[in-house]
Amino acid sequence: MKPRCSLTIAVVCSLILAAPWAPAQEKKEIKKGLKIAFIPKNINNPYNVIETGGSLAACKDMGIEGKVVGPSDASASSQVSYINTMITQRQSAIVLAANDPNALLPYLKRATQQGIKIVTMDSDTAKEGRTIFCNQASSEMIGRSEVQMLAKEIDYKGDIAILSATPNATNQNTWIGFMKDELQKPEYKDMKLVTVAYGNDDDQKSFTETQGLLEAYPNLRGIISPTTVGISAAARYLSTSPNKGKIALVGLGTPNQMRQFVKDGTVKEFALWNPADLGYLAAYAAAQLASGNIQGKEGETFSAGKLGDRTIGKDGLVILGPPTVFSADNIDQFNF
Amino acid sequence: MNSSTRLQLAQGGPSDAGKQGRRLARAVGWELILGILLLAAIVAGQILSPDFLTTANWTNLLANFVEIALLALPLTLIVITKEIDLSVASILGLSSSLLGFLWQARWPMPLVLPTCLAAGALAGLLNGFLIVQFRLPSLAVTIGTLTLFRGFSFVLLGDRAIADFPPEYSNLGFGTIGFLPIPFIFFLILAIVTAIVVHATPFGRTLFAIGGNQTAAQFSGVRTQRTKLILFAVSGIVSALAGIVFTFRFMSSRADNGTGFELSALAAVFLGGVSVVGGKGTVFGTFLSLLLIAVINNALTLVDVSNEILTIVTGSLLISSIVLPNLLSQVRERFRPRHSAETSAPVAQSVPQNPS
Amino acid sequence: MKRDYLMGKFGGLSQAWERLLRSREAWLVLLLAVLVIGTASANTRFLGSQNIKDLMLNVSLIALLAIGQSIPIIMRQIDLSVGSIVGITAFLSGLIFFDHPNTPNLLVFLVGTGVGVLLGAINAALIIWGRVPSLIATLGTLYIYRGADYAWVHGRQINAANVPASFLALGNIGFLGLPLLMWIVLLFLVLAAVVLRQLPMGRECYAIGSNPTAAVLAGINVHRRVCMGFLFSGGIAGLTGVLWLARFGTVDATAGLGIEFQVVTAAVVGGVAITGGSGTVGGAALGALLLGVFNSALVVLRVPPFWQQAFQGTMLLVAISVDAYLAHRLAIRLRIKRSHL
Repeated sequence: MKPRCSLTIAVVCSLILAAPWAPAQEKKEIKKGLKIAFIPKNINNPYNVIETGGSLAACKDMGIEGKVVGPSDASASSQVSYINTMITQRQSAIVLAANDPNALLPYLKRATQQGIKIVTMDSDTAKEGRTIFCNQASSEMIGRSEVQMLAKEIDYKGDIAILSATPNATNQNTWIGFMKDELQKPEYKDMKLVTVAYGNDDDQKSFTETQGLLEAYPNLRGIISPTTVGISAAARYLSTSPNKGKIALVGLGTPNQMRQFVKDGTVKEFALWNPADLGYLAAYAAAQLASGNIQGKEGETFSAGKLGDRTIGKDGLVILGPPTVFSADNIDQFNF
Repeated sequence: MNSSTRLQLAQGGPSDAGKQGRRLARAVGWELILGILLLAAIVAGQILSPDFLTTANWTNLLANFVEIALLALPLTLIVITKEIDLSVASILGLSSSLLGFLWQARWPMPLVLPTCLAAGALAGLLNGFLIVQFRLPSLAVTIGTLTLFRGFSFVLLGDRAIADFPPEYSNLGFGTIGFLPIPFIFFLILAIVTAIVVHATPFGRTLFAIGGNQTAAQFSGVRTQRTKLILFAVSGIVSALAGIVFTFRFMSSRADNGTGFELSALAAVFLGGVSVVGGKGTVFGTFLSLLLIAVINNALTLVDVSNEILTIVTGSLLISSIVLPNLLSQVRERFRPRHSAETSAPVAQSVPQNPS
Repeated sequence: MKRDYLMGKFGGLSQAWERLLRSREAWLVLLLAVLVIGTASANTRFLGSQNIKDLMLNVSLIALLAIGQSIPIIMRQIDLSVGSIVGITAFLSGLIFFDHPNTPNLLVFLVGTGVGVLLGAINAALIIWGRVPSLIATLGTLYIYRGADYAWVHGRQINAANVPASFLALGNIGFLGLPLLMWIVLLFLVLAAVVLRQLPMGRECYAIGSNPTAAVLAGINVHRRVCMGFLFSGGIAGLTGVLWLARFGTVDATAGLGIEFQVVTAAVVGGVAITGGSGTVGGAALGALLLGVFNSALVVLRVPPFWQQAFQGTMLLVAISVDAYLAHRLAIRLRIKRSHL
C-alpha cells in the first residue's frame, strides 16, 4: 500500500508541477520554412496592393517566405491558374480574396487535399472552400453604415444608385444585400434605389458607368460606391461636371485617392479600414494554421503580431475591427 | 523567268507537281526543328523548376492547352485554304454563355450541350455563308463576327457569371484518366481524325489545292464553295466544344470567356508551319507548336512569371515563325548564282499580302 | 439641240445626285440624324450640353485612332497594335508627370507621339524587311507591346492627382464650347484629309490599296509609302495615348485594352473598305461618331449596354457587304463601259 500511495502522490505531484510547462499555449511559434502565396482579386488595384503589402510585411516579421501573384482582371477563372500553380509549387498556405464564391471550390479542394491551408480575406468563398475568413469589419455594419451616411447627406429623400465592382464579388453582394435591407426601414421611405451599376473594378469602366448613371437617371441625388476604384472614378467624374456638390457620393475609398475630392467638396465623407492591417492579419492566420498552432475552430485564439490576439468566431470568421470614417477633418492624418 | 512570274511567285503563286516533294521535305524539316525546340524547352523547364516533370504539373499543362488546341485544329484547315477565322474565340464564349444561360433557365444538361454545339455550327455557317456566297474577305467578316458573337454572349449573360454546374458534368472538364485530363483525350482523338482527313483523304488534298490556287482547283472540279462552307461550320462546332470544355473546367460561364484565344490559336497554327499564303502545312506541325507554346508557358508560370508577360513570348513566337523562314530564304536568294540579267526590283517592292 | 442641252444639264444633276447617294459619308450623316432625333425625342436629356460634351470626348479618342488606322487600311494593310501603343504612351505620359511634375505639356505630347512612331517603325520593319503580312505582324506586336506594358507598369497606377491640372483641363476646357481635345482631333482630321486628297503621296496610297501589283509596275515606291503609313498609324496611337491620360486622369496597364477592333469597325463602317483602295478619313471619323452616338443612346434609353458589341459587329458586317456590293456593281459597269468601246 505504501509504495503505491507514494507512487500515486509522486505522479500527481509531477503532473501538478509539470502542468504550467506542458503545452505553452500563448507563445506558439510559427514554423520555419513556410511558403505562403497571396492571391488578391486583381493585382493592379491600389487597394489590393496596400492589402498584400501588409501581408508581405507580416511575412517579414515572422521570418517566412511570402509572395503575391494574381490576375489583372478580377475574374475567378483567371485566379484558377494561379491556384493551380501554387499547388504545383507546394505552398504551405494560400491567402485568397475570391472573385466568386463558388467557382474556385473544386480547385481549393484539390489544394486542401495536398495539405495546403486556405484562408480567405476581404472577399470570401463558400465556407467549405476555406478554413478561416478574415473580414475587415462586420459585413452588416459596412452595408448599413453606407446607407446611413448617404441618407444623412441627402436629407433622406431622393433616388440613389449603387456603383459596385464586379457582379459576382462575394463581398460586394453581401454588403449590397445589407444595404437593400436597410433601405426597407421606414425612415428611408422617400429614398429609392434605382439601379446597381457595375464598374468591374476597372477605373475607366467605373468612370463611364458614372457618366451613364447621370445621363439615364436625371433625378439621381446620391451614389454609394463600396469599392475604392469605383468611388475614386465617380468622384473624378463628378468633380469636373456641373453636378459637383449636387449629387452626394459616399462609399469605401482610400484617403490618398480621395483627398483632393474631399478638399474640393465633391465628397463629404467616406469610410474604409486599413487594408494593410487586413492583409497583415490574414498572413498571420494562414501562418498559424500552417504551423499547426490552430485548427480554425470556433473559440480558438491566435497571435496576430502587432495587431494582438484574435479569436475565431462562427464558421471560421475573424474580424479586423470597426471601419474608420474619413472626412475633411481627419483625412490629412492618414497616408495610404 | 520574266518579271510577272516573279511577282506571282512573290505573292504565293501556283504550285506545280514538282514542288510537292520539296514542300514535303520542307514540312518535315520544320517539324524536326519544332521537335528539337520542344525537347529543349522541356529540358530548360526542368532545370528552371524541379516540380516541372511531375504528373501533377503535366496534368495542369495539358489541361490548360486543350481549349486553344481545339480552336487551332479547324483553324489549321482554314488557313491551308488561304482563309482565316478570327471569330473562333467568340464562338467559344458564345457557347459558354449559352451553356450558363440555358442551365440557369433550368434546361436539362443533355439538351443544353447539343444546343450549344448547334449554336456553334450556326455561327460557323454564318461565317461560311458570308465568305462563300457573298464573296466577302474572310478577314473582315470574321472581325465582324468576332464582335457580333461576343456581343451575343453579353446579351445573354450581361456581366454575370454562372458557376453552379452539376459535378458529373464539371468532372468532364476537370477529371483525369491516369494523369491525362479527359478533355485532352477528346482533343487527341480529334487531332488524329483531323490528321487522317487532311493527309490521307481526297478531301484533304482538295484543301491544299484550294489554298495553292483556288481558280485552278475550281476548274479541276473541286467544289471549293461547299468545302469552305463545311470548314467554317466545323470550326464553329469545335469552337463550341472548346467553350463547353472551358466552362466545365473553370466551373464558370461568363460572357468574356476565351477573349483573346484566337490570337494564341493563330500563333500556334503559324508557328506550326502552316503557310500564311495557304497551300501548305501539317496537323502534326500545329500539334507540336501547341505543345511547345504550352510547355514554355507552363515552365515560365512555375517560376512566377505573370500571365501577361507570357503574352510577349506568344507574340514573339508568332512573329519569328514567319520572319525567320523569310530571312533564311532571302539569305539563300542572295547567295544563289543568278542565271539571268533580270533585276529583282519588282519582287523586292511587293509587300506581303494578308490572308483574306 | 436644246433637248441635248437640257439632257446634259439634268444628266449632270442626276450624276451629282447619284454620287451623293453612293457617298458613304452622306448615308452616315443621315443615319446619325435619325439616331439623334429618335433618341432625343424619347429623352430630351440626350441633347443636354454635359451629355454632348461627354459624348464628344469619348468619341474623339476612337475617332483619332480611326483616322490613323485609315491609312494602313487604304493601302490594304491593317494595324492591330494601336491599342497596346495607346496603353504604353498613356502610362509613359503619366509617369513623366509623376517623376517630373513641371514638364511642359507640349514636351509630353512630343515624347508620347515619338514613342508611338518608334513602335510603328518596328511594325513597318517587320512588314517590309521581315516580309510578315501586316495582320500577323501587328497581331504579334499587339501581344508583345501589351506584355511589355504589363511588365513595365507592374501593377502601378497613375492617379489624376499626379497629373497637372493644366493637362487634365485639355479634356474639359476648350473654346467655342468644345474641349481642346476635340480641336486636336479635328486638326489631324483636316491634315490627313488634305494629304490624302491633294498630295500625290495620298493618291499613291489609294493606288497601292487598289492594285498593289499595278502600283509596283507604275513605279510607286510601295515600301516607302507602307512604311510611312505605319509610322503615321503608330504616331497617332502614341498621341491618342497622351490624350487618354488627359481625358481619364487615371491610367494603369489596361489602358486601351481591346480597342483595336472598335477602331477597325469605326473605319470600315465609315467607308474605308478593308480590301483597300477607297474611303476617306472624314468617313472614318463619322463612323466613330456613329458608334459613339449609338452607345450613348443605349445608356440614355436605359437599354442594357450589353447590346453595344452586338450592334458594332452587325454594323461592320453590313458595311462590308455594302462595300462588296458596290465594288461588284462598279466592276460590272466598268466591264460594260469597256466593251462599248
